[in-house]
Amino acid sequence: MAMPVIVADSVEHALSALADHPDATVLAGGTDLMVEVNDGRRTPTQVIAVGRVAELTGIRVDGHAEGATIVIGAATTFARLERGPITELAPALAYAARTVGSPQIRNAATIGGNLATASPAGDSLPVLVALGATIEVAGANDRRQIPIVEFFTGPKRSALAPGELVVAVHVPVRRGPQDYLKVGVRNAMVIAVASLAIAVDLDARTVGVGLGSVGPTPLGAPDACARIAEQARWDTDHLTVDPAAAADFADQVAAAARPIDDHRGTAEYRRNAVRVMAARALRRCGR
Amino acid sequence: MSEIYVLRVNGEEHAVADAWSGESLLYVLRERLGFPGAKSGCEQGECGSCSVLVDGVLVCACLVLAASAVETEIVTVEGLQPAERGEMSDVQRAFVETGAVQCGFCTPGLIMAVHALLDHDPDPSDLVVREAISGNLCRCTGYGRILEAVEVATRRRSGGPGSGVGARGVSGPEVVAE
Ligand SMILES: Cc1cc2nc3c(=O)[nH]c(=O)nc-3n(C[C@H](O)[C@H](O)[C@H](O)COP(=O)(O)OP(=O)(O)OC[C@H]3O[C@@H](n4cnc5c(N)ncnc54)[C@H](O)[C@@H]3O)c2cc1C
Ligand code: FES
Ligand code: FES
Repeated sequence: MAMPVIVADSVEHALSALADHPDATVLAGGTDLMVEVNDGRRTPTQVIAVGRVAELTGIRVDGHAEGATIVIGAATTFARLERGPITELAPALAYAARTVGSPQIRNAATIGGNLATASPAGDSLPVLVALGATIEVAGANDRRQIPIVEFFTGPKRSALAPGELVVAVHVPVRRGPQDYLKVGVRNAMVIAVASLAIAVDLDARTVGVGLGSVGPTPLGAPDACARIAEQARWDTDHLTVDPAAAADFADQVAAAARPIDDHRGTAEYRRNAVRVMAARALRRCGR
Repeated sequence: MSEIYVLRVNGEEHAVADAWSGESLLYVLRERLGFPGAKSGCEQGECGSCSVLVDGVLVCACLVLAASAVETEIVTVEGLQPAERGEMSDVQRAFVETGAVQCGFCTPGLIMAVHALLDHDPDPSDLVVREAISGNLCRCTGYGRILEAVEVATRRRSGGPGSGVGARGVSGPEVVAE
């Protein structure tokens, strides 16, 4: 009889196990899956554990200077993203990682699990939107790269096809200030009521924004970003924004939100929170 | 499901037979292997009362699929002092002495969290301590005495002055000799 829990030791092993067991459930850190298993909402019959696959658990940098890309294995935990090289290479991602759950949760929870769960509140997701990340997924026959904004297709729905694994997250290295802001009721163990990531690229002269918990999926604010990039004054090591342009940016980012009322907050509160966070984040990034 | 798998808990191997494959490590430890130290407060990762070390990493046992923890080293609160069973660890002693234990339900999880902290950072700042125990809920103490216990254990490990509890009393304002 087949083992109901397969501990994969390579991506190929995991993919062939997935091909053999099309109904199998992938397990990484278990922090989303086991909650559902414990309370009986999910009863997997076949589990493929990917947390120990070496190819899935590392951080490397491809290329140099402008054009460098951080490649983060899908099973890399938030504990590894909140410290170490990511604090320099993609600081907003490190900040976001540090806000996830608690130390115990961050020691287990992975960025690939955050993506596959595809909750609009997933803390890494707005950062990946702001940075313009690409998601590398692998199926039995091929690998493909999905731009982050196309990865999310609805609340808790993604472009991941049955039998596919998230393999890695490709994050462009962007030289310039970044930030992640999250509204919640306390500092630990909080699902975002609203969150915002910002990433300024001083070389490309672009501003990226990602919004969490204010729509069916993580959202970008491309119009606001394009406009502020035109209005800002760019220097080699900073950007300067005048107050009217900053206020306009905050309004436009708030307009990009598509919030709803739920038990954690009203749509109106969330939109206002986005406006406040956008203004604050831009102020912290500029002069 | 009738397959057998083996878990290494506190340095010894234990076979788990006739288990449902969806069982959490917390359930298997408590109900199948006789390690009731990790407590089941929420089974959703929120309370930290089930904290254990898996390969030296602090995790919630309720969120670990037991059968996926084969070939790892699992340490529970029962395994902190394997050589001298019955004796308390330094952190446990500090909790008792400072009155950081009331009903005790949260205590094993906090003990594991504090050991994990001090083993990596022997001299944590107050903020670091607070962050390190932010995944452990206590409904009784209000945390003041827990923070004191951590301070006492830290001072004793560093062998610094005032490493006895009496040096600052069990409650009241901070008067740490530095
Ligand atoms: C107490 C608690 C607090 C939390 N707080 C936060 C928080 O503050 N912010 C936040 O964003 N999240 C939070 N979460 C949710 C959770 O920790 C994250 O979503 C985490 O990133 C999930 O990753 P995981 O590795 O644990 O996923 P798992 O639970 O292992 O898997 C989740 C889902 O993704 C699939 N999956 C996992 N890896 C892959 C892969 N490589 N390829 C394809 N599919 C895959 C699984 O099949 C499953 O459906 C919290 C959870 C708990 C229990
Ligand atoms: S029982 Fe595991 S965190 Fe509460
Ligand atoms: S002592 Fe009762 S929950 Fe902490």
